[in-house]
Amino acid sequence: MKTPAVLAILLLLGACSSSATWGWYVIDPRTPQGWINVRFLINGMGATIAVSLTAAAISMVLGLIVALPGFSQKRGWRIVNRVYVEFIRAIPLLPMLFWVFYGLPLIFRSMGLNIPIDPFWGAVITLALSDSAFTAEIYRSGIQSIARGQTEAAQTVGLTRGQTMRYVVLPQAIRRILPPLANQFIYIVKMSAFASVIGMQELTRRANELVVTEYRPLEIYTLLIFEYLILVLVISAGVRWLERRMGSDERN
Amino acid sequence: MQDTAIEMIGVNKWFGDFHVLKDIDLTVRKGEKVVICGPSGSGKSTVVRCINRLERHQKGVIRVDGAELTDDERSIIAIRSDVGMVFQQFNLFPHLSVLDNLTLGPIKARGLSRSEAEDRARHYLERVRIPEQADKRPGQLSGGQQQRVAIARSLCMEPKVLLFDEPTSSLDPEMIAEVLDVMIGLAEDGMTMVVVTHEMGFARKVADQMVFMDAGAIVEHGPPGPFFEAPQSARCRQFLSQILKH
Repeated sequence: MKTPAVLAILLLLGACSSSATWGWYVIDPRTPQGWINVRFLINGMGATIAVSLTAAAISMVLGLIVALPGFSQKRGWRIVNRVYVEFIRAIPLLPMLFWVFYGLPLIFRSMGLNIPIDPFWGAVITLALSDSAFTAEIYRSGIQSIARGQTEAAQTVGLTRGQTMRYVVLPQAIRRILPPLANQFIYIVKMSAFASVIGMQELTRRANELVVTEYRPLEIYTLLIFEYLILVLVISAGVRWLERRMGSDERN
Repeated sequence: MQDTAIEMIGVNKWFGDFHVLKDIDLTVRKGEKVVICGPSGSGKSTVVRCINRLERHQKGVIRVDGAELTDDERSIIAIRSDVGMVFQQFNLFPHLSVLDNLTLGPIKARGLSRSEAEDRARHYLERVRIPEQADKRPGQLSGGQQQRVAIARSLCMEPKVLLFDEPTSSLDPEMIAEVLDVMIGLAEDGMTMVVVTHEMGFARKVADQMVFMDAGAIVEHGPPGPFFEAPQSARCRQFLSQILKH
């Protein structure tokens, strides 16, 4: 965690004094305009985090709802699960974003509903939908990794299928599900950059806007990359902490 | 009818094209102990697993305490609550303490309060002689202790029948005795038991009926005396001579 931060600062400072290619003044916090610019860029962080967290939370719930029919004994339910996963997984994020943001309100209107979709919810819906196919698969493999004997033992003490899931399978599966789920969160954070194209004021959008006014793409996009890097490094440190905590808890 | 615990009539089962159970007829009276033996792949585990519907049979009738096994989920759950099962691999819940392993079924399926269930759990831990392990996780126990916890877990449901599917086959030799001792104690207390095992010493001591299976069918069936002294079929003679040699 420390080393990359130090590297980032060295790179920024070191490059500050160098040749004509770089013009760090544009985001130099020591100058009044530079400080305004830096604050403008970093203020997009809140929106990026808010979109990512909301989308991840919805995706976790939606993924479970999608995964469960995959375990049904009825073929019809399993097909619902497969079709959803295959279909959603096949749609590229950007077209889906356009469809949700520009297309979905038209459908709502045709149904007589007046539900506006702002950039925030457009991005959240798209990210959550797109990610849910992957979280569903993570749930599926996690649940399937719990040995059959566990289900059988639960059944022999009279538990229903629902109780078996809730008290025996899911508590064990969650330990295997959480780390890949947290990894998936990193993807969401990175994919949230797409929300910039529908006007959401997050990190990437703000960088784009500043580039247009300052015409200093190199410095501004470099800072942008480091903003994502720091965000992702914080998340992955959290994931490792989570893995360690759960690893020590599993005494098999 | 009233004194019949388990009744299997003309039970057949296939795994795909493979005919695993062929016309199985078996009646277990209340309080009786039945030991099933046979080579691996003979279908003995499948017989036991059909009794509590972990496997579905395709033909024939199975009745447990007078109730026929059907596809009705609710009646299956009711029957399973009355039929305990002890597995070769113990199948304890690794994420729960020993005590919680024992109370899960009584609380969720039987509707006992937590304190009632815990009293019952401690009583049966005493019975399998490991009351001091109540707060540990299964992974911290030896194989023999885990299997005794598994037996206690079944007992906590106060079942009418206990099924054992090779309960000592994955244990180290020095731990087999402690598990068999517990099982002998249960047998002496009048529990109805169906046991798949190769422990012939145990079988001689407790069995009322011996069943020998081969290739999905019951080949030899009778009281232990004649079964061990004068087996009728060549296949059974051969099997017994092989496992009794050691």
